[in-house]
Amino acid sequence: MKIVIVGCGRVGAKLATDFADEGHQVSVVDLRQTAFRRLPPGFRGQLVLGTGIDEDVLRNAGIQQADVFIAVTENDNTNIMAAQIAQVIYQVPKVILRIYDPERAEIYRELGLTVICPTRTVSEMIEQAVRDHVASGETR
Amino acid sequence: MYIIVVGGGKVGYYLTKTLVNEGYEVFLIEKNPVKVQLYRDRFGAIVMQGDGAEVATLAAAGAGRADVVIAVTGDDEDNLVICQVARERFGVRRTIARVNNPKNEELFRRLGIDVTVSQTNVILSLIEQQIPERPFVHLLALRHADLAIVEAKVAPESPVVHQPIWQLSLPPESIITAILRRGEVIIPSGQTVIEPGDELIIVTKQQREAELRELLCAPATA
Repeated sequence: MKIVIVGCGRVGAKLATDFADEGHQVSVVDLRQTAFRRLPPGFRGQLVLGTGIDEDVLRNAGIQQADVFIAVTENDNTNIMAAQIAQVIYQVPKVILRIYDPERAEIYRELGLTVICPTRTVSEMIEQAVRDHVASGETR
Repeated sequence: MYIIVVGGGKVGYYLTKTLVNEGYEVFLIEKNPVKVQLYRDRFGAIVMQGDGAEVATLAAAGAGRADVVIAVTGDDEDNLVICQVARERFGVRRTIARVNNPKNEELFRRLGIDVTVSQTNVILSLIEQQIPERPFVHLLALRHADLAIVEAKVAPESPVVHQPIWQLSLPPESIITAILRRGEVIIPSGQTVIEPGDELIIVTKQQREAELRELLCAPATA
């Protein structure tokens, strides 16, 4: 499968590494050359320098052939715009993006995007761990 | 009419000032606290510090009763999201986005933004209209109908010269609405005869512009 990943931070680099290891054809887009240092030596995917909200950059990354598009930059609005370019203009079959702001996450989920909201996911996990602890009754 | 402006750069500042002077109820949202302080001194309490792409900020600004939201920050991705949040969450009927990169105009339109304003394209077209002796000038695009208004100077070699308008084989969907001839404006009828050097104001479909240019301005040998 062809997978385009916008944003080569910790999450983007981990996804790119894992999917390339699994034999997928991966392209990673980031504004900063230094971001690609997070990828392991011998990484077999394509590196594209540029912003993920520019159609020319995305075409260089092969968005026209992409089966999956993932937007995981640090900026919610950049992810939202990149994901909508992939969904509306290039009709990529699966578009996944990260949105930190839970309210914005809800809006774009309703518009048909696959939204991951780490703020909500992480706080729910922590709340669950605390509830489990309370339920265990192990008090001091 | 209640108008929310997001982004207090030069555009946002002058826009707010103009709208206030014209008597509109205006509210300005700006991220930078230093600018907010400065604008409060000038505009009073209608300026708020915050991120206009956040639901809570727009709610505090009263987006629920806003007639228009105008996003004029320097970042296209922010302007897009501000307009979409205003529409999806607050049902704002009219959203206007500034487009910094002209490439994004078409994208924004397809993503449901009502009006886009591209500074780069506006400035380009203003300058183009001022360059003398250009035979074919695109004056205005009317986006929703896909219409354009163009100005074409008729070349002496054009096949339309000395023909009455009813006999011209103009491209379909094109109408000559006015003729500028030696400083006079003529509203033409079918009998009006085209002279070389006439400047024709034509309403047409945008995709017909190239054909019109060919017919009216290109030398016969081209």
